[in-house]
Amino acid sequence: MGARVITITSGKGGVGKTTVTANLGVALAMRGQRVVVIDADIGLRNLDVMLGLENRIVYDLVDVVENRCRLRQAMVRDKRLQELYLLPAAQTRDKTAVRPEDMVRVCDELRDSFDFLLVDSPAGIEQGFRNAVAPADEVLIVTNPEVAAVRDADRVIGLIEAEGKGPARLIINRLKPDLVRRGDMLNTDAVIELLAIDLIGIIPEDEAVITAANTGRPVAFTDNSLAGRAFHDIARRLLGEEVPFGPLKEPGFLGRLLRWMRAEGEESP
Amino acid sequence: MKLLDRLLHRQEPPSGEIARERLRLVLAHDRANISPGLLEVLKDEIIAVISRHVPIDPEGVQVTYTEGPRVNRLVADIPLQTGRRPRGG
Ligand SMILES: Nc1ncnc2c1ncn2[C@@H]1O[C@H](COP(=O)(O)OP(=O)(O)OP(=O)(O)O)[C@@H](O)[C@H]1O
Ligand SMILES: [Mg+2]
Repeated sequence: MGARVITITSGKGGVGKTTVTANLGVALAMRGQRVVVIDADIGLRNLDVMLGLENRIVYDLVDVVENRCRLRQAMVRDKRLQELYLLPAAQTRDKTAVRPEDMVRVCDELRDSFDFLLVDSPAGIEQGFRNAVAPADEVLIVTNPEVAAVRDADRVIGLIEAEGKGPARLIINRLKPDLVRRGDMLNTDAVIELLAIDLIGIIPEDEAVITAANTGRPVAFTDNSLAGRAFHDIARRLLGEEVPFGPLKEPGFLGRLLRWMRAEGEESP
Repeated sequence: MKLLDRLLHRQEPPSGEIARERLRLVLAHDRANISPGLLEVLKDEIIAVISRHVPIDPEGVQVTYTEGPRVNRLVADIPLQTGRRPRGG
């Protein structure tokens, strides 16, 4: 029992797995959950910079697996929140340094002390992917509304089912409502129908995600952005709330003004 | 929207629609592990086998893969050579 282990994966690279993992970690921790985000992308460590924790890393996952430190020593606490920890990947090793059974063992050791373990999977369907999926109780697939990303998502959904880890749930990231309205982007219904899978969230394309990556402060820390709110909606759904899939409209002039005023207020505490 | 497109003489369907149709096909083939190339091979062999026994129109032969609710099928549509109607019609 204990923690739910949720792996975030995609098949295709660059669709937003790390962004989703960091933001769900923040959103769940803001809701009082005890969370560890685990970077399973060995050799291409990303989750640390996404969370702005890159300067506080001493040990990493490979050090834990190879018994150079205790698990707790490798975990970096995010001081901005009560209970959010990062278990970083090694940057200078390759994915063969960790085996699926290592991931299972590490997660089992954490289960009793936490509510959520979020595992950020590397792209692809090789060992790094298998490492990430091995400990999973649940799987979230991230895709973009594009032909190649959806195709790879379908492949991964099949593999997850074959592993007995299904049914996976889908996050559509980087949706552009304007393009959808014009008919020039795959719409949500089309993607869901093609993949025959349940949807757990839709994240719009949002500049705030890029500035957040620049500063190391994920958008989910505030509800100033559409993407930030979309991540909180997913967190609420993970916690069992029924949250309707609202329209992803930009706020009007008044909304923008409010947002600006709130953002200004935040800068000077 | 549709009407507006027509008024503007927009011929092509919007690209989102094209994406959906391409995905429908590519996913069907991926899932069955039946590539369009394999369908071509099957088609050639079917033409060879059948035309040994019955005169057919090789140009018109179509072999397609379709996903159904219960079973997925390979459908071969093999037009016979015209001009030779069967009796008793
Ligand atoms: N909703 C969004 N709006 C705008 N930019 C986004 C959004 N989601 C992700 N991005 C940007 O896309 C890029 C890739 O995101 P990310 O690193 O999370 O993808 P990934 O799936 O983890 O990639 P990899 O496969 O390399 O691990 C980043 O620069 C990120 O800022
Ligand atoms: Mg990543």
